[in-house]
Amino acid sequence: MGLVLLVVIWLITFVSTYFFIAKTWWLPTAASAAAAGIDHHFTTTFILMGIVFVAAQVLLGYFAWKYRERPSSPPARYVHGNNMMEIVWTVLTAILFIGLNLMSSSIWASERFRPAEAGATQVEVTGMQFQWYFRYPGRDGRFGATKPELIDASAGGEAALGLDTTDPASKDDVVTGTMVVPVNREVELILRAQDVIHSFFIPNMRFKQDAVPGLAIHMHFTPITIGEFEVTCAELCGLGHYKMHGMLRVVSQEDFDKWLAAREAEKQ
Amino acid sequence: MASYTHTATIEDPATSTGTTGGSPPAWVDGGDDFHSQPLDARLRRARLGLFVGVVGIVMIFVSFTSAYVVRQGLPTFDSRTNSLVHDWIPVRLPKLLLMNTFVLLVSSITIELARRRAARNAALAQVASIPGVSIRGDEKISWLALTVTLGLLFLAGQAMAWRELAATGFYISATPSSSFVFLLTGMHGVHLVGGLIALLVAGVASLLHRSAQSQLILMDITGWYWHFMAVLWVYILVLLEFVR
Amino acid sequence: MAGGTGGGETIMATREFTAHETHAHAAPQGFIRKWIFSLDHKVIGLQYYFLALTAVFVGMFLSLLMRIHLIWPNITLPLLGDIKPETYLTLVTMHGTIMVFFVLTTAPQGGFGNYFLPIQIGAADMAFPVLNMLSFWVTALAFVVMLGAFFVTGGAPLHGWTGYPPLSAVQSAGPGEGAGADLWIISIALFCIGALMSALNFITTTLDMRTKGMSMMRMPLTCWAWFITAILGLLAFGVLFSAGILLLLDRNAGTSFYVPLTVFSGQIVAHKGGSPLLWQHLFWFFGHPEVYIAILPAMGLCSQLVSVFSRKPIFGYKAMVYAMLSIGLLGFMVWGHHMFMSGMSPYSAFAFSIMTMAIGVPSAIKTFNWLGTLWGGRIRFHSPMLFAIGFVSLFVSGGISGPFLAQPTLDIPLHDTAFVTGHFHLIMGVASIFGIFAATYYWFPKMFGRMMNESLARWHFWLTFVGTYCIFMPMHYAGMAGQPRRYSQFTELHYLEKLIPLNTFITFAAFVTISAQLIFLVNLFWSMKAGKKASDNPWEATTLEWTTATPPPHDNFGGHPPTVYNGPYEYGVPGAPQDFVMQTDPRTVAAH
Repeated sequence: MGLVLLVVIWLITFVSTYFFIAKTWWLPTAASAAAAGIDHHFTTTFILMGIVFVAAQVLLGYFAWKYRERPSSPPARYVHGNNMMEIVWTVLTAILFIGLNLMSSSIWASERFRPAEAGATQVEVTGMQFQWYFRYPGRDGRFGATKPELIDASAGGEAALGLDTTDPASKDDVVTGTMVVPVNREVELILRAQDVIHSFFIPNMRFKQDAVPGLAIHMHFTPITIGEFEVTCAELCGLGHYKMHGMLRVVSQEDFDKWLAAREAEKQ
Repeated sequence: MASYTHTATIEDPATSTGTTGGSPPAWVDGGDDFHSQPLDARLRRARLGLFVGVVGIVMIFVSFTSAYVVRQGLPTFDSRTNSLVHDWIPVRLPKLLLMNTFVLLVSSITIELARRRAARNAALAQVASIPGVSIRGDEKISWLALTVTLGLLFLAGQAMAWRELAATGFYISATPSSSFVFLLTGMHGVHLVGGLIALLVAGVASLLHRSAQSQLILMDITGWYWHFMAVLWVYILVLLEFVR
Repeated sequence: MAGGTGGGETIMATREFTAHETHAHAAPQGFIRKWIFSLDHKVIGLQYYFLALTAVFVGMFLSLLMRIHLIWPNITLPLLGDIKPETYLTLVTMHGTIMVFFVLTTAPQGGFGNYFLPIQIGAADMAFPVLNMLSFWVTALAFVVMLGAFFVTGGAPLHGWTGYPPLSAVQSAGPGEGAGADLWIISIALFCIGALMSALNFITTTLDMRTKGMSMMRMPLTCWAWFITAILGLLAFGVLFSAGILLLLDRNAGTSFYVPLTVFSGQIVAHKGGSPLLWQHLFWFFGHPEVYIAILPAMGLCSQLVSVFSRKPIFGYKAMVYAMLSIGLLGFMVWGHHMFMSGMSPYSAFAFSIMTMAIGVPSAIKTFNWLGTLWGGRIRFHSPMLFAIGFVSLFVSGGISGPFLAQPTLDIPLHDTAFVTGHFHLIMGVASIFGIFAATYYWFPKMFGRMMNESLARWHFWLTFVGTYCIFMPMHYAGMAGQPRRYSQFTELHYLEKLIPLNTFITFAAFVTISAQLIFLVNLFWSMKAGKKASDNPWEATTLEWTTATPPPHDNFGGHPPTVYNGPYEYGVPGAPQDFVMQTDPRTVAAH
């Protein structure tokens, strides 16, 4: 039985570790400036915790086998513990865990402790059951007012956000169902939600932030790869949660300007 | 390495609290039987249980307090102005609440008198069985009944205060501040009803001529619970009045 | 009433009582007083256990339906019909709620804790038997109310076991968010009351009713675990109760504790200024201690079992106690790690993450001590030990993914993905369930006077051990690849399509593993009737429950409360006639 335990525990350990190392299913392709740091720290954590994982399971299996009771086994060691060992492994574990955390704190700080840079592309993201809408402030750089009583969900676009068309700042606001941003320039998101909590998750950008009704949350990221990236909702929001998705298109600055201009032209 | 000895040395480290040197161990004659234990052990256990229970109830009101304080300072996003606004309107508490507070504090006094009387009766219980000895003092007033009456009066007063608030426009859902007033006073009231039920149980025990010891235990923990209700009420009043 | 262990038809033996025992501890007569409204902690413990057993099969059935739907979203099931997306979310919600509350918070503490805490400390019952009885019936009522949510208009709620408002606070937010959600809240509120009552009993009993010689530091680690779990429950369930009251008021009294002004499908819902984050703070202030409530009893039992079945003292008893105390204390300081992405202040997030990494330390200490206990032992692989070793493995696996999630930076890609689901199922769900299984196999002889069948137990162990790894380890891969939680199907997003084969594997593993639990069920009930008769101490263990008759008499010790001379883990004592020394053996082991 001890041998079977060893074999099974070791097998489970090595098979699961294999799939991690082989990256059979892994983080999606990175496409943002912050992703490199996040992924690097992920790998560091993974290696260190992986060593602990393998060591602990290997030891467990090994002990189960080595110390199995047989007629020839020596008597069990009558030992109540070892204070020195307790201290040593407590300190080492604390250093490992807290050290890991402190290592990642600079990334967290650079992502979340500072506001977006001046000149970032501003996009207001509004989540509602079960759709994302994106609003650009237009040439005036200001978002027009929205009023809850003006919301008409079935009409889509500006009406879905309840855009107050009497507000002069609304004149040049562009509302779309797809998010388009220029590459290599920071994007500032203002996250809002109309009904329940949603979460704006762009896996390739390593970006996630809850959109909470009653709040307007500012967050930022910088896309560095041109392409199309799926956007999902990562907070249970109702029966349509599984199909609340959107698309992020990262294009050149030129293409972005052309696209925005075309949308503004449509409004006239 | 420890060795195994055959000596019959019996270590006697501290076991449960309060095992005094002279008194016999609580379980001496037949299991840890509650009713055969000395009064002080039973009382201690009951009081410990009450204390633990009170801690649990306190956490409910700690949560409400934290929600109250957080909510006061919380701005909400007003899409009309695209900005965060504060929407806390303090509630003017009805003066009636002061009257109710007075009633509750007096009831604390009356129940304390009831509790002490029960303690005296329990202490004198053995002596009372000697023919010709009377321990009945001047027991014309039932402090217990008086406490129940005052408790009911308090609850009636609370209901009236609620009506007064609602009439001035501060019904439960009117503003965040009014919601908290109803919430805190309501939850306190619910727990006070629990205390009233305990008082009635204590009263029934006395009518059924349960042993003086049992009566004391009931009276004692009900009394302390009642005092807790008074302290809790004062805390709520102070919170609502001064933390705004 | 005829006593003894040979009877068979009575599970609880009764004995003649000596004259000095008053009516309070005389055995109750009559079916109602003996089995329905019993005041005997042993009966109440069994009542909790069977409540949890019912709940776990309901919970597993719900999860099976979930796994079926994920792979075959359009299938029509016999009797149940189609599973719509909202129904899927109802399954998710009720599976989580039932498992966390009515299984993990019920069987280890209310079940085994009730049964064995008084016996292991040498007491005749819990401090307040009537309160104990009431706490069970309140919990049972809560379960009935919870199941009732399935049958009201709109059905059971779909807002997840975490119940975040506004989804849980606005009746029009989705199907099931009407009466079903109200019943869900009421059930949880009742559960809180039952849990608080139970915590009161456990704490008072542990502090005030230990027998002579049973100091706190001579208590088995199971007793420490139940005691600390009760303290956590005492401080945490009141907070959940409050959160529930506020939610009930928002839903039904028009208050706005949690709900700001919201618009659903163009309709304005009349609330203003509430904070959804308030719920999250209150819920997780409860919720994090809750996960320790779920796992601590299993940790205590694991310590017990690795010692008994390695024939060695537990390695580092004091360290184990301090580790559990630290876990309890720190457990109240980490709740924000569930909220890194919530809109909470990033500075708070950083503080919470440091505390969270810190709480990993005592858990690691416990693991090292379990390994240290196995080291140099003479291991016997009876079924309780298999599950104890399995517990350690699962605890390590589930624990290792913790430090990923504890770092906010890494939580960004991993929050609300299947990685989280894999993490908490391994470390809280499966590990705790292994604790429940281990406890069952271990204490079955003492409770029922018979042994469970070892062959069936081994089949059960291997299928469950390998099966649960096959279910929950792959979820980590899926999560890293970006699979979100609580998705009823993976057909809408291109990048999720390649994860469907992995999910198919998980579903088949679930089929096998859930089926394997029938082996346990058969073993349990068959052995009660026809298992091999058990001696009073079949495992050669030292703690007090093994000194008394099997099953224990009504007052646990037959009128002779034990006196304790030794610690609880005196195995392999050199010079002792057998390789263990009972706690009640007056031939004291010299102080160590």
